[in-house]
Order: sequence, then structure tokens, then C-alpha cells
Amino acid sequence: MQPAAHTESRARGPHHEEPGFWRKYIFSTDHKIIGLQYGVTALLFMFFGFCLMLVMRWQLAYPGKAVPVVGKLLFHVLGAEVVGKDAAGNVGVIMPDLYNSFGAMHGTIMVFLAVVPLAFGAFGNFVTPLQIGAPDMAFPRVNMASYQFYFLGGVIMFASFFIPGGAAQSGWTSYSPLATVTAGSQHPNGQTFWILGMVCLINSSLLGAVNFITTIIQLRAKGLNWMRLPFFVWAQFVTAFLLLLAFPPLEAAAILQLMDNLLHTSFFLPTGLMVSGQALHVSGGGSPLLWQHLFWFLGHPEVYVLILPAMGIVTEIIANNTRKPIWGYRSMVYSVMVIGFLSFIVWAHHMYLTGMGTHIATFFQTTTMMISIPSVIILTALFISLWGASIRINTPMLFALGFLPMFGIGGLTGLPLGFNVSDIQLHDTYYVIAHFHYIVAPGTIFALFGGIYYWYPKMTGRFMNEFWGRVHFALSFLFMNLIFMPMFVQGLEGMSRRMYDGGATYAESGGVVGLSRHIVGLNVPISHAAFALGLAQIPFIINFFYSIKRGRKAASDNPWEATTLDWQTPTPPPHGNFSEPVEVFRGPYEYSVPGHARDFTPQNEPDQPEPLPHGNPLRS
Amino acid sequence: MEIPYAVKPRPDTGLYNAKLGIWLFLASEVMLFGGLFSSYILLRVNAEEGAWPHHWLNIWLGMTNTFVLIFSSVTVVLGWASLKMGQFKRYKFFQGITLLCALTFLGIKSVEYRDKFMHYEVHLKDGRIADGHLQPAETTDKTLVLEGRFAASHAELMEGSLHHGGEPVIEIPRDQIVSMENYGPWHNTYTALYFTLTGLHALHVVGGAIVIFAIWGPLAKVWEQDPERYTNRVEVSGLFWHFVDLIWIFLFPVLYLL
Amino acid sequence: MSDLHSPSAAAGAADDHSIEQGRKRIRTYLIVGVALMCGTVMTVWASLINFGSREINIALALFIASTKGFLVAGFFMHLISEKKMIYAVLSFTTFFFLALMYLTLFSMAHGNIVHIR
Repeated sequence: MQPAAHTESRARGPHHEEPGFWRKYIFSTDHKIIGLQYGVTALLFMFFGFCLMLVMRWQLAYPGKAVPVVGKLLFHVLGAEVVGKDAAGNVGVIMPDLYNSFGAMHGTIMVFLAVVPLAFGAFGNFVTPLQIGAPDMAFPRVNMASYQFYFLGGVIMFASFFIPGGAAQSGWTSYSPLATVTAGSQHPNGQTFWILGMVCLINSSLLGAVNFITTIIQLRAKGLNWMRLPFFVWAQFVTAFLLLLAFPPLEAAAILQLMDNLLHTSFFLPTGLMVSGQALHVSGGGSPLLWQHLFWFLGHPEVYVLILPAMGIVTEIIANNTRKPIWGYRSMVYSVMVIGFLSFIVWAHHMYLTGMGTHIATFFQTTTMMISIPSVIILTALFISLWGASIRINTPMLFALGFLPMFGIGGLTGLPLGFNVSDIQLHDTYYVIAHFHYIVAPGTIFALFGGIYYWYPKMTGRFMNEFWGRVHFALSFLFMNLIFMPMFVQGLEGMSRRMYDGGATYAESGGVVGLSRHIVGLNVPISHAAFALGLAQIPFIINFFYSIKRGRKAASDNPWEATTLDWQTPTPPPHGNFSEPVEVFRGPYEYSVPGHARDFTPQNEPDQPEPLPHGNPLRS
Repeated sequence: MEIPYAVKPRPDTGLYNAKLGIWLFLASEVMLFGGLFSSYILLRVNAEEGAWPHHWLNIWLGMTNTFVLIFSSVTVVLGWASLKMGQFKRYKFFQGITLLCALTFLGIKSVEYRDKFMHYEVHLKDGRIADGHLQPAETTDKTLVLEGRFAASHAELMEGSLHHGGEPVIEIPRDQIVSMENYGPWHNTYTALYFTLTGLHALHVVGGAIVIFAIWGPLAKVWEQDPERYTNRVEVSGLFWHFVDLIWIFLFPVLYLL
Repeated sequence: MSDLHSPSAAAGAADDHSIEQGRKRIRTYLIVGVALMCGTVMTVWASLINFGSREINIALALFIASTKGFLVAGFFMHLISEKKMIYAVLSFTTFFFLALMYLTLFSMAHGNIVHIR
């Protein structure tokens, strides 16, 4: 019996009706639309998280001074408990609790609502099925559900700012017992919203991970064997595994912490805990360290979730703009698999100062050192790929090139943190902040910017403006370095993280030892650079919207002359992507192959017959 | 273009998409319950001597529930086997029993939960500890009535086999009470773990039952249109159900017997 | 609609071999089901015996539970004849679960400065 053409299946035969607006753009099951939904939502959250940081940076540079422009707005929206008056009587000073909640939410939003949804949800969804020659993801409705969970999680996180007590204040790491005893017994409070938001986001990621892995394994086109996959797809594949297996223990921990918060259990609360001079009325017997282990079991693979898709994007851009195959493709593939595997057994390097004992600390130190090797291999392969290449400079390539040394700095500065001895000095200082921001900001986010400029012509048929793209790159590069480089210096001297006054309380004065004035004073130029970085994004935002209708038209469906399957479709790719099943004949980066007329050969182009030797009488 | 391998397996992997998908999802569930089991082990191993209760749960109810779930696992796989052999009515029958088992399991679970919430530990001003089940019919504003006894020590409270069954009725004047707490999740680490682990498991029972019901009931018409696709869905939902049974197989001894 | 006219009956019922296969399968399921019930009774009975040390009770209970688990996974979930891809996914999962459990336990077992009760 023939399966019906259009009941439960997704076939879009030629006689299928066009879906209405809601089905097409809001409740879409098409991976490209879902990718765009993820992208737009993620960029909005990135902007919001950036704004939180700007307010924090004001407070760090000018502690106790009212925030200009938005100070009054914050006062009216968030209230007098958290927004105070300065010495001159101006309203709009960020109080410590508000600073802490902005800090906690900046981290949470940037990691879980902005960067990962953009790198994995947006780019992953949009590009992966195209690059493997598939009509869509394996489970399109699950895909839609995963976006909806993400959206719901985002709404919950955003809403938490406006409830009594405000948003979560206990760091993006939400350590117990602080996360449970903070904000007293007011329920539901920001921490509860944080946990519920995280549960939604975790479920979104789990559904997405199942989808990506199944799609990549099952829906590769004919001839597209594993070693012919674009590195971007490999990166998304490993990322999906990290999300699948590392997130659930955090979901378990979140449930336990929710029980602690709402039902007064003591999973993470030790016996004898005193809060504000009074014994806490709970059963006790819990373990704060248990939360840390469960959190970081996810927390560490999460940072690889942040970087691997970026490496994938950079690889695609570099291959395309060097007109050469990627050097060491195989090594990169094996390296990314090793990174994925090792990332599960390094987590307690975030816990060196918890008194674990030297044996376990040594174990985690060893695995942490080991994982730096495949990361270096990948970076080295990308650098060597530039050797002897005809480098084409354009905005995506600038971001990809900028990524390389910036990720290098970020990665290398992780080494002193990975050794438990040097970490004693550096743990919880601004050195750590500088380290991870170098990786995520001029690292991952540069790759994401590059990806936007690169795939923009595939989505819209037009280029973003090249001049303003280069301006965006140059200014972002400059200011990101001005923000984060001095933080290494601050951290080395011992300036702690999460101090709402920028270390002013611990500054040396009157012969009392403390942070030098110079170190604390660095807060001012850092903050100025942050404000400038914000301004530098304006050309990007304008460029992005302006070019949709007014950008330079792409001359063809494959204006970058790329080899991968995503560029062998119409622009924008229609529903179902490919009108006929795709067949692949070669690897992903067949650029400048000797003897060929063009300097690139698409993966799905049928083999040309071998040119006959000169002088052969059969040659016409 | 149709999405390939939604029903027919892909030659090199031998799998159809949903089969791979459900196993991936189950892998994530292993990590979820694995995280919870690890927490249980950790909290138990590091608990103070004598602070961990034993035999606070009714073994017979637990054993019955174990039988119920195992039985439902058998009926679920028999249902799928019937579909493989084209016997739709038989499948309907077996799957119906599965759903009844799910309801039975949840029913017994609620009885157990209620028992815990009615069980109170009452500390009196004279230092005695009363422990027993609240009798709401006889309790008044002035007097708390329990069916239980006065425990000689805290340690005695930890050994469940010392009480439960044929206990006298105690009347406690409320003005003699220093504090009282029922055996909810807040009572101690053991009850916290018990309610969390079995509660999350019960949510999975509910979820699995809803999916099985949806396929069995409203979506049964797919059998007419595409029997292989329908059988695959039944197989995939059955895999989830077996996993839920598997988790209980470990939960039962860990929480009830050890 | 009688079973004989149902859609895949045409393919299945007409084939004696697959009916035989089906019956074998069902027999296996029933045997495993009975084994699981017995295992449950054994678990309870074993827990009531006093071996002197609690460790033995724990080890025995976990051993019986693991055996039951293997039966459910192997026969009801057909893992015993599953494809390599599934085995690969589950192997990694098992490894990471054990890593989570043991590394966390080891790191909190000794070397603690603060009593974590």
C-alpha cells in the first residue's frame, strides 16, 4: 500500500498549497526559517547582554556615579531598592545587588541565549542540511519545538528582571548555597526563573542535538562519505554530541537546586548553615560541591560548544578565500573528535580551589593539558593553510584571519589556569575573565560575524557593504583588544572578579597594601573601549538591514565560487533545498586543482573525463 | 524532496531515522538519571553514621509496582510484535493493557506519596518525639491525633521496620509541640532523594503513557495509510517505555531495599 | 476489519517463516518477562537476608538489578541485535556516565579540608 503523499509525511509535491504567513514564518518546520529565527532571537539577546555589560562597565569605571542616559530609566523600571542616588543626588546609581544580577545575567544570556543559539541553532540549522545535500533536518517538527523551547527560556530569563527581587544574582554558575539563600524566601524569585529558563534551554539543546546527529549520520547525500564532509559539519556534529551528553547532569542539578529553592530540601545545603546570624531551617546533609561538579560537567563541554562551530565557520571561509584545500583536514577531523571526547573529563579544573586533593587535581590537570594539543593542531592547520595561498581579502576573510591570533591568545592564556599551582594565584581574577572573553569575543563572535557576512549572499542574494564591513572589523578588533588585554594585567595582580566597585574597596591607600591605583585605574580606559566597541557595532547593524534590499547584487548563486554544497543551490534555497537527490564526487575543498579550467570544483559536479594525452589521434 | 530514511532503514547504518533519534535521546536520559544516581551515591556515602533511614517505604507496594511495570514492558513489546505480524487488533489489546498498567503504577505511587505526607515527626516540649500518621478526622485545633508511638531516640526513627502496623492512637496537645514536620522532601536527604527520583521517574511514566496513548488512539489511522511508519512509531515509543521500566528496576532496590 | 485483511498481513501472514519468527520472538519476550518477575522476588528476598555486612547486600541488589537491566535492554529493547552505530553511542554514554560518577566520588572522598556534611 502506498504511503499517502501529504498526511504525516513532509513531502512537498508540486501540487501542495503555499502555507500562510503563520505556518511559513512563525510555526515553520523549514530548517532555514528556523535557523533565521534562532539567528534573529540570538542577535537580539546578544545586544541585550551587551547592554547589561555597558552598564556594569560604567559602574566599574565610575563607582557610585549615576549612569548617564539610562540611569533614570533603570530607576523607573527596576525601582529604588536596586538603583540609587549618587552624592550629587542624581538618580541612576547601580547598587551592588543590581550589579550582581547584571553580571549573572550577562553571562547566562551571552552563553546560553546568544552565542550558542547563534553558532549552533542559527548557523548549524541553516547551513548543515545544505552542506550535506539533505532536503531538511531529519525531524523538522522537533526542530520547531527546539526553537520554541529556546524562545520560552529566553522569555523567562528576560521576564526575571521585572519580578520582585529582580533577576538571578548568584553568577551564571548559580553556586549553592548562595543561589538558594539569596533573595530570602521570596518566591518565585529570580533564581527560580533562572532555573526554569535553564530547563527550557537545556531541553531545546537536547532536541536540537538529537536532530543534528541523526541528520548528519542519516541524511548525507550519496557519495558524501565521512572524510568528504566540510569541516563545518564535523564541528557541528561533535558539538551536538557535547550538548547531548553533557547537558543532562546540569538538568539534574537544576532540578535539585529548584527543590532546594522551592521545597526546602538540602541537596546542596550543608548542615549547620547560618544566614544573617540565624540557622537555616533545613534538614542539612547536603553538599555544595555536588552542585559544582554537576554544573561544571556541563560547564566545560559548554565552552567547546562555544568554540567548535566557530572553528567550523572559520575553516569554510579560509578554504574559500585561500583557493586551496585546507592543510591537514584529516588531522583536524581527528582533533575535533579528540577534543569532544576529552572535554568530558577535564571539568574539575574549574574547581582547583575546592580542596579536592592532589590526586584528583593532578588527573584533571593532565587531561586539561592533553586537550590543548588537538586545539593547537586545529589552529596550526588553519595557519598553515594560509601558506602559499592566493589570499582573497574580504570582510569574512578579515574576521576569519582575526580569529586565528585572537583564539591563539585566548587558548594559550588558558594554560596557566589549567595548571593547578598557577591557578591558585589566578582563579577568580580578571585574568580568567580576559582568557575566556578572548576566546568568545574576538574568537567565536568574530567567526560568527564572518559567517554572517559570508552566508549573507546565500540568504538574500546580495552582499553586505564591503567598506563598512571592513570598518566594523577594524574597530571591533581594536576595541576588543583594548578591553581585554589590560584585564590580564589586572588579574595577574590579583584583582578579583565580580566586584561591583571595580576593586575600589581593595585599592591601596594610606600605606595599606592593596590593588595599585594603576590597576584599578585601568577600569576607566577599559570601559571607554567597551563604549566604543558598542558604537563600532552600529555600522554593522545598519549594514545588515540596509543590504537586504540595497546591497550589491550577487552575480550568481555561488558568488564566492565555493566548492561546498550549500553554494550549489538557488538563492535563497527553496523549500526542500535540492530539486533532485544530490550526488557527491569529491572532497569539500577542491580548489586550484591542477589541470582544471576553474580554480574550484563543486563537490557535486560530475567527474570530467580525463583529458587525453597530447598527440592522441582520438582527440578531436 | 521527501526526507529519506524516515521509514526504510539507511543501508550503511541499518537504521531508520527515528530509531537513531530515540536511542540518542535515551542516551541523554541515561546521563540525566546517571547524574541523579551519582548524586544519590555521593550524598549517601558522605552521610553521617546513623543518619540514613532504612525501611521507610512499603516494600510490598514497591514490589507490586515493579511487577506492574515489568508486565507493562512485556505487553508493550508484545503489542509491537503483533503489529509486525499485521495483527492490529491484538496490538490494540496489548497496548491498552500497557496504559492500564501505567495508571496502576501512578495510582500506587500516589498512595505511597500520600502516606509520606501524612506521616509526622513531632517534637514535644518534654523532649519526647512522637512519630506517626495524622488522623485528620480526630485532630482538632487543640489536639493533634497521630496513629503512632513515642520514639525513644532519633536513631529509632531511622529504622522503619520498628514501626508501621497496629500502632496505638496518640493524642498530643498542640501547646506541647515545639516543632512538627511531615515526611515530605524537606524532611531529610533520603526523602528529598526519594521524592525527586521517583517524581521525575513518574513524570517520565506520564510522558511515555501520553505518547503511547496518542499513537494508540488519535493517531491510529496512520496504520491504514502507512503501516510500516506506524509500526516504527510504536517501536520507538516502546523503546522509551522500556527505558522507564529499566530506571525503575534500579530505583526500587536502591530506594526501598538498601 | 479482521486481522487477515490488514495492510501488512498481506506481506506477513502469507509468509510462514515470519509467523514462525514472530512466535519465537513472543516466546522469548514471555520467558524474559517471567525471568524479570523472578528477579524481582529474588531482589526482595535477598535484601531481607542479613549477610553481616551491608556491602554484600548492596552488591547483590545491584548485581540482580543489573542482570534485570541487561534482560530488558537486550531483549525487550532489541539491543542484543542492534546496529554498530547504536552500540557506539551507548558505549560513549556509559563511559561518560562512569567518569561523572567516579571522578566526582573520588574527588569528594578524601582530601577534603572542609567536612561536606
